[in-house]
Amino acid sequence: MEILVCVRRVPDTSENEIELNAAGNDIERDELVYSINEADNYAVEEALQIRDRVGGNVTVVTVGAEDDEEILRRQLAMGANQAVLLYDEAFIGCDGKGIATILKDFVQKGHYDLILTGVQADDGAAQVGGMLAAMLDYPFASLVNAITVEDGRLKVSREIEGGNREINDVDLPCVLSIQTGINEPRYVGMRGIRQVASVPIPTVGASDLGIDDDAVGEGAAKVKRTDYFVPAASRGAEMLHGSREENAEKVLELVGAKGGLK
Amino acid sequence: MVGNYSPAQIAEWLVPGRNLFLTIHALGVACFIYIVAKRLVPLLRAESDPRFDQPLVRLQRVLKFWLGQWKHPRYRFAGTIHILIFAGFILLAARAFTTLIVGVSETFVMPGLSGRTGQIYDIVTDYAATVVFLCMVVAAVRRLVFRPARYAVPTKYGKGHTADAVFLLGLIAILMVADSLFAACRTAGHALQGQPAEALAFLSMPWVLRVAFGSLPLAALGTVNFTAYLVHEVTFYFLLCYRPFGIQFHVETSLFSVYFAKLERGTLKPVRWGVSGEHLDQVKSFGVKKFEDFTWKHMLDFYSCADCGRCADNCPANAAGRPLAPRFLTIKARDYAFTHYPVLGRPKESTPLIGKVYSEDEIWSCTTCGACEEECPLLVEYIDKIVDLRRGMIDDGNVPQSLQKPLKALESRGNPYGKLEKKKADWIKAADFHKDCEVKLLDGNNGAETVYFVDSITSYDDRMQSIGRSTARILDHIGENFGILGAIERDSGHEVRRFGEETLFMALRDHNTEAIKNAGVKRIVTADPHAYNALKHDYKDVPPVEHISQVIAREVKAGSIEFNRVENENNVYAYHDPCYLGRHNQVYDDPRAVLDAIPGLKRVEMTRSRDRSFCCGGGGLMLFYEPKEEQRMGVLRVRMAADSGANVIVTACPFCMVNMEDAIKVAGLEGKMSAIDLTELVDQQIARPVEGETLETEKLETATCGG
Repeated sequence: MEILVCVRRVPDTSENEIELNAAGNDIERDELVYSINEADNYAVEEALQIRDRVGGNVTVVTVGAEDDEEILRRQLAMGANQAVLLYDEAFIGCDGKGIATILKDFVQKGHYDLILTGVQADDGAAQVGGMLAAMLDYPFASLVNAITVEDGRLKVSREIEGGNREINDVDLPCVLSIQTGINEPRYVGMRGIRQVASVPIPTVGASDLGIDDDAVGEGAAKVKRTDYFVPAASRGAEMLHGSREENAEKVLELVGAKGGLK
Repeated sequence: MVGNYSPAQIAEWLVPGRNLFLTIHALGVACFIYIVAKRLVPLLRAESDPRFDQPLVRLQRVLKFWLGQWKHPRYRFAGTIHILIFAGFILLAARAFTTLIVGVSETFVMPGLSGRTGQIYDIVTDYAATVVFLCMVVAAVRRLVFRPARYAVPTKYGKGHTADAVFLLGLIAILMVADSLFAACRTAGHALQGQPAEALAFLSMPWVLRVAFGSLPLAALGTVNFTAYLVHEVTFYFLLCYRPFGIQFHVETSLFSVYFAKLERGTLKPVRWGVSGEHLDQVKSFGVKKFEDFTWKHMLDFYSCADCGRCADNCPANAAGRPLAPRFLTIKARDYAFTHYPVLGRPKESTPLIGKVYSEDEIWSCTTCGACEEECPLLVEYIDKIVDLRRGMIDDGNVPQSLQKPLKALESRGNPYGKLEKKKADWIKAADFHKDCEVKLLDGNNGAETVYFVDSITSYDDRMQSIGRSTARILDHIGENFGILGAIERDSGHEVRRFGEETLFMALRDHNTEAIKNAGVKRIVTADPHAYNALKHDYKDVPPVEHISQVIAREVKAGSIEFNRVENENNVYAYHDPCYLGRHNQVYDDPRAVLDAIPGLKRVEMTRSRDRSFCCGGGGLMLFYEPKEEQRMGVLRVRMAADSGANVIVTACPFCMVNMEDAIKVAGLEGKMSAIDLTELVDQQIARPVEGETLETEKLETATCGG
């Protein structure tokens, strides 16, 4: 099975202190450390596991810039067969639809049976997967938390609110957005990355894909970020000061009142 | 066999007997050599391990740990029994050899054991055989009736080992009886025939048997004598050839295991012996993934384990109900070796160890506290094996999710919390601290003599920053010209390495080494035993390192630190030995000396202290790991402190502090028990000049503060 996984590099929320920049329209990016978007990492792991079960290839792709090569390299170290960087000056400033358009053109240049994305990017809007499927006229399932391959079709489990699951049969080719927790992604350390240091990662631009410069990028974006703010810290936590038993009672009551218990 | 059964004329039936016994000898020895050769096959396929250095040191250790049975008395009763059996075997060796040869050449006498010496030797060995026999009985009764808990085999590890143990005890007992009976009949026979009879040791087993059988007619004596001899012969060779199939193999292998045992404490074996750091990238696979990835010495360990259960009995992970018992780590590997390298037939194809022989949780459960290695009478190594297995899992990407985030953060930020580098020195900026102790930042050569290596947890954890500030104030008080690396200090990587991430560790180590060198300091001080161990054993080319407790102890002795009387003299203090200060680095006395120097401080020892200290739950990455366990090690530990009558646990490690304070809450001992770091206690008790009174000194102090 030929599998394409669309990934994205994001500031790692667990390793950064997100602060607004002076202009107030973006975050301060000087000292950020980046990593692959968490859900995308699960998508790559799922692709690798499917490949290892049924055979085929896993290609990892991102729409980004030179710096984004680091996550592609990490996914190669994880076991992806190849990685492609979609970069062109014309791509800068894309909205979600722009990114979906670029990916669609890339998909149409190859032959992929299965396209995976993360359920959403940490700094994204969970829209590219769905748009990509629509543009390709492929079936789409979101919030996928289990995949089995059966006679050229997929049995796909989706997460429903409240922890329930729904099982769908999906025809190939299709696009799935992968929920975190679907698997346990393997660890990639510095050694693994060093071992794939010399594997070439081709860069594919607008002309390679036959994309009109005007069709994507900032000019074509119909959604534009106008502001960015960090919510003000709310009142501190409520401290319980009773005995152990009283506190336990109170916690049950509070959690119950918020609908956290069934 | 000819007609005359007289033992005195042993030669008569030994003419055909000689052929019989010669055959048994040849068969027995051949079988033994064949089996041992087969047992050596995996060792020849194993990874290399340079253990042929320092012969004198190794020989000394053989004298101490093997011949001297040094570790055995740690378990008083079982140890004594073992020492008696071991001594008996050593003494009986020449007698057993002589007995075997006598079957072929009846006049054989061991060189040096003729005449008077021989008579004394015979008396001594009469008693030795008796003692060994009695020990077999006692050991069997212990196994069958008293059943010490540490011999139990949980069902997940297979069948119990009692039957096999008792069978072996029985064989040895038979050997002793047969040997004694042979001697008894021979003496009785000689006496009956009016020949000079050998003296038998009074009340020894041969003596008792002579009394019992002495009245038999000569012919019957001959039969018994011959039978005893045959039983001895057959049992001896059966035992010899049976031992390599189980725990008794240690009779043969222990000498080698002890001789080749690891000499240094606190160190880890490299990923691969003989491959230096810069060439590691060319090594295809890291760590132990299949059995043959173990080194030959580690395989020898598997053969040498005597299944005594002392390691597991002392293992905190085992005590807390984690799925790890060092004993079974070895037993399972030995079983693997026996089935995959059978005595008959060709070796079987190797299978992966993780998932087949060991579970992932089993391997991650170890805190590398070293209690197992400290206890093992045969000096079996565990930490290197665990770390090698982890290296294999890391190499395969097989790492619990809970550990992946901190590892990633260590890679990108140099600390497991993912905190910003620039905030690493924030702890020195606390207002009440900053005004009376200014700490230098050594971002190059700032003329400081000493670098205080703070490490991640003390730098970033709100609670542990107090240990950092106390350490700085103590260094300041003794006039140390010191500073910290601040933002350029990365995690020491101690647990990174012990969790098997060698490549990441090397990056952290190289970075810190560079930073320390650039600071131009003459020595390193740390209050974190894990950093201490890393800097001392894992780093190379850095200045000498001391733990703060060593510095304090020295200054107390020199008189430059004096203490105020403790405020509450009703408090009872118990010192908890951190694993990487105590067991791994043998710093037991300095922290105790410091505590004992504080006037009015009442100190008790926990039953498990010093080299038997019980791990608090582990540090570094272990704080992120989510173990499968029945209870926390820390909870067990604070209960031990409570049992000792203490209400304050003093420790000297920030990780111990995390675990102890959590455990006090979990154990419901809040308000009844508290934990304090040695540096905090010292900082609190230090006698400082009172303000205004000695203005001169204070001025001087402020001037020298932090250099």
